[in-house]
Amino acid sequence: MITKGQKEKTKLLLGKSDIRIAFLASVPVMAGYLVLGAAFGILLADKGYSFWWALLMSVVIYAGSMQFVAVNLLSGGASLVSAALMTLLVNARHFIYGISMLTRYQKKGREKPYLIFALTDETYALLCQGAPEGTNERDYDFLVSLFDQIYWVIGSVTGALIGSALTINTAGIDFAMTALFVVIFTEQWENTKNHRPAWIGVLSAVACLLLFGPERFLIPTMVLIVILLLFLGRNDLRKETSSADQNKEKGGETR
Amino acid sequence: MSMELHSFLLVMVCGVVTAVLRALPFLLFPAGKETPPLIRYLSSVLPSAVMGMLVVYCLKSVSIIKAPHGLPEFLAIAAVVLVHKWKHNTLLSILGGTLLYMVLVQVVFS
Repeated sequence: MITKGQKEKTKLLLGKSDIRIAFLASVPVMAGYLVLGAAFGILLADKGYSFWWALLMSVVIYAGSMQFVAVNLLSGGASLVSAALMTLLVNARHFIYGISMLTRYQKKGREKPYLIFALTDETYALLCQGAPEGTNERDYDFLVSLFDQIYWVIGSVTGALIGSALTINTAGIDFAMTALFVVIFTEQWENTKNHRPAWIGVLSAVACLLLFGPERFLIPTMVLIVILLLFLGRNDLRKETSSADQNKEKGGETR
Repeated sequence: MSMELHSFLLVMVCGVVTAVLRALPFLLFPAGKETPPLIRYLSSVLPSAVMGMLVVYCLKSVSIIKAPHGLPEFLAIAAVVLVHKWKHNTLLSILGGTLLYMVLVQVVFS
């Protein structure tokens, strides 16, 4: 049990029970990160990169889907500018996670920069559920974030080591990235009634792919998506601006 | 520039941009400040649109004209969606779909 007085004086003086509770809470992410990290490591080894690269990427980048994309960028010899733009597109959603964590992370101390750096999809999902009762939220958030990154690093390095020793045919293993995006897409589809943004994303990408070709279609797609979202979604935006405007007779616009 | 150095810098660029994206909300909207409606709106609709784009990005080199006409990709994606709707287990959906795809391209459509 932690009393209020103890809570106030703790400066990352971690209680044993906090470590245990944070570890138990992070077990589902452990399973996911070890396996997905290993898939990333195998893919990286498959393209001829040693486990040191897996370690470097998992420590410095630490963003699952982006690291899969980065394997393609590395092996394809992409320029630094296109790597920066690609990261911007793939990780734009992390900006959104940050917005919803503004108040929660506002009172953090010296661990705040790490908490912000380590806010991946899974850590975000876990921390969103709040700290279990009886734990110090500061320690809990920090420990969960740290444990998650450790799992990811172990998974990816192990994968890279296994991958370089593997003699089986790994053709098609890069589909793991497609599957990851399809899963997130499906989740988002189920969690929202408004499917227009999802359609805008898919159709803009297909149109630009046909128009500009596979090497140059991403930037025009992103521009088109933002234009369409602002133009077609201006009714939704207006709703967001004035929540008082609840005209239910105008039901025709929703479909 | 050597290939090694270029790769190292590329990893650093990806890392820095990711970190900046994660830190930006805290820099732009310090504690207590209201988030502008436009940002709120975009942050609610952009994720689905970008994820749709990324799925298409993964399939950019698939040819519908040449055999096997994108059939392995179509089947594997359908499997991922169905398994995910059924169990809602991210790991199972990704592993199942990837294994199916590997069998399809290595054995069935080889």
